[in-house]
Amino acid sequence: MTQDMLVVTELCAGYAGGPVLENISLRVQRGEFVAVLGPNGSGKTTLLRAIAGVVRPGSGSVRVLGQDIHALAARKRAALCASVPQKSSGLEGLRAKAVVLMGRYPFLSFLGNYTQDDHQAAQAAMDQTQCADLCNRQCQELSGGEMQRVLVARALAQNPQLLLLDEVAAHLDVARAVDVYELLRARHSHGLTVLTVAHDLNLAALYCNRLIFMKQGHILYDGPTADIFTASVLQEIYETPLHVVAHPQTGAPQAFLVPHTAHTADSAPGLGE
Amino acid sequence: MTTHGVAWVGWGLLLALLLSVYAALFSGPFPLSAADIHNTLGRLFSGQPISTAMIVVRDLRLARIVLAVLAGACLAVSGTVFQGLLRNPLADPFTLGISSGAACGATLALTCAPAYTWIQGHLLLLTPVAALVGAFVAMILVLALSRVHGGLSRESLVLGGIVVSTFLGALISLVKAVHEESVATIVFWIMGSFQGRGWEHVGLMLPLMGLGLGCVLLFSRELDMLRLGKEQAALLGVAVTRARVGLLLGAGMLTAAAVSVSGIIGFVGLVVPHLLRVLVGADTRPLLLLSGLGGAFILLWSDVLARTILSHGAELPVGVVTALFGGPFFCLVLARTRNMT
Repeated sequence: MTQDMLVVTELCAGYAGGPVLENISLRVQRGEFVAVLGPNGSGKTTLLRAIAGVVRPGSGSVRVLGQDIHALAARKRAALCASVPQKSSGLEGLRAKAVVLMGRYPFLSFLGNYTQDDHQAAQAAMDQTQCADLCNRQCQELSGGEMQRVLVARALAQNPQLLLLDEVAAHLDVARAVDVYELLRARHSHGLTVLTVAHDLNLAALYCNRLIFMKQGHILYDGPTADIFTASVLQEIYETPLHVVAHPQTGAPQAFLVPHTAHTADSAPGLGE
Repeated sequence: MTTHGVAWVGWGLLLALLLSVYAALFSGPFPLSAADIHNTLGRLFSGQPISTAMIVVRDLRLARIVLAVLAGACLAVSGTVFQGLLRNPLADPFTLGISSGAACGATLALTCAPAYTWIQGHLLLLTPVAALVGAFVAMILVLALSRVHGGLSRESLVLGGIVVSTFLGALISLVKAVHEESVATIVFWIMGSFQGRGWEHVGLMLPLMGLGLGCVLLFSRELDMLRLGKEQAALLGVAVTRARVGLLLGAGMLTAAAVSVSGIIGFVGLVVPHLLRVLVGADTRPLLLLSGLGGAFILLWSDVLARTILSHGAELPVGVVTALFGGPFFCLVLARTRNMT
């Protein structure tokens, strides 16, 4: 029997400037690897923040394993779901290990001392993300890819049921981006439920088994990658010509951008024009 | 720096502080031989008949040393908290106007008290108590203002601090303008000094210091997390508002404890945390501990300088000493750290 990890019911949320999410409903089963896609300003990040519990919903609810996330104390919330930000500030002067240990905060006692268990959990998380060798490095010395691995390790140290990520690969080069997705897939295959906001369509299509397309605060499409990653859906969402073909090795659908004035090789403009 | 290195810095500072306390016993206008001092130290808790040496060593020098050590620790620890909480390396214990509150309370006490004869008998502790009340009123005003304005955000706290300290500063100026005869006492108090302070003052500040330190230590892990920003801290499980209020109250109590007995001593709370952060890194708990030791050490020696640098037993306000030496020193540190990065 599958179990609902995340249930979002008729969620409306927004900021002082107006509503961003309108009537969002969504179910994620335990063990899914879901990407949320959509153009800028479609409400992806707000949805993620509402699920994480830092944006209060105007109406509707978010339940993780049956518990209303907005009614929980911050500590309990953090023990259920962990978030990896796109980038993190304020880490200057801290060692990578200290940052990963922060993920143990929800489990600390009254006095806030890290126990042997906490150190082991942090070490295990750093091993899983291949950043154990960065342990004693200062954060400001780390490259973007290394920093991102440390932040994923911090989230894993939280030992969460649900892992939320906000465009973690956005500032990484292609190899580092693939590294991060490989890492997420490895954790996913160990049973972790992963929900990530993604900008890179092709990476999402390569790694995630379910996609959610958002536009203007609504979910337009939601389903298995193979079913909904089509040229017509993508063109409706992004309003630009896109071409979809199967990946030559994996068979996953991959999107190609088409320039608005598409030129075939034989009609290339000459210099004299 | 490694954990090991940090521990060495800590032990080094502690040793330096203990040696300094001992050395500082030898400085003062009253001539005492080393044998006298050792002799007195040996009989400190024995309840022997009071001798002149005993009074000088115990009630004048040691009380003052202890007070300088405690106040220095308070200022540096609270500076560390404010710098972390406001995420601004230029914040110090006085950024939020707590010092202005204390100055205002002290000013009112210094000007009004002489008019009431029944107060005369309690004059010694009247000024520090009034300063304490002033500091608390200012702190609560800042918290309330910032809560209304923006839910204790960094910007609203600093803004509230500026508003409150400007207003209270004007109030002090007003009192000085209408009460010209007390201007000298007010100015001297505000510059900060340990002159004439004794064990009563230690007794006054110690409970508050304990409370403030407890509060800060209880929330020290949260302080570590809060510098990631409100949202990140909340995502990691920190109850942000509660942690902020706890830390502000704790650091505020430490500032109030120091300021109420010593007046406004600048630079210790700014330079010491800054310097130690460069030296040992930004991990909050070691930094709090080392800042406390460092602040105590610096203020102790500043006070020794303040009471020995002029001849014939005349004294400089210790706030002047810390600013005179702290200013150029801070520039040096800034220049060096800029070269490093």
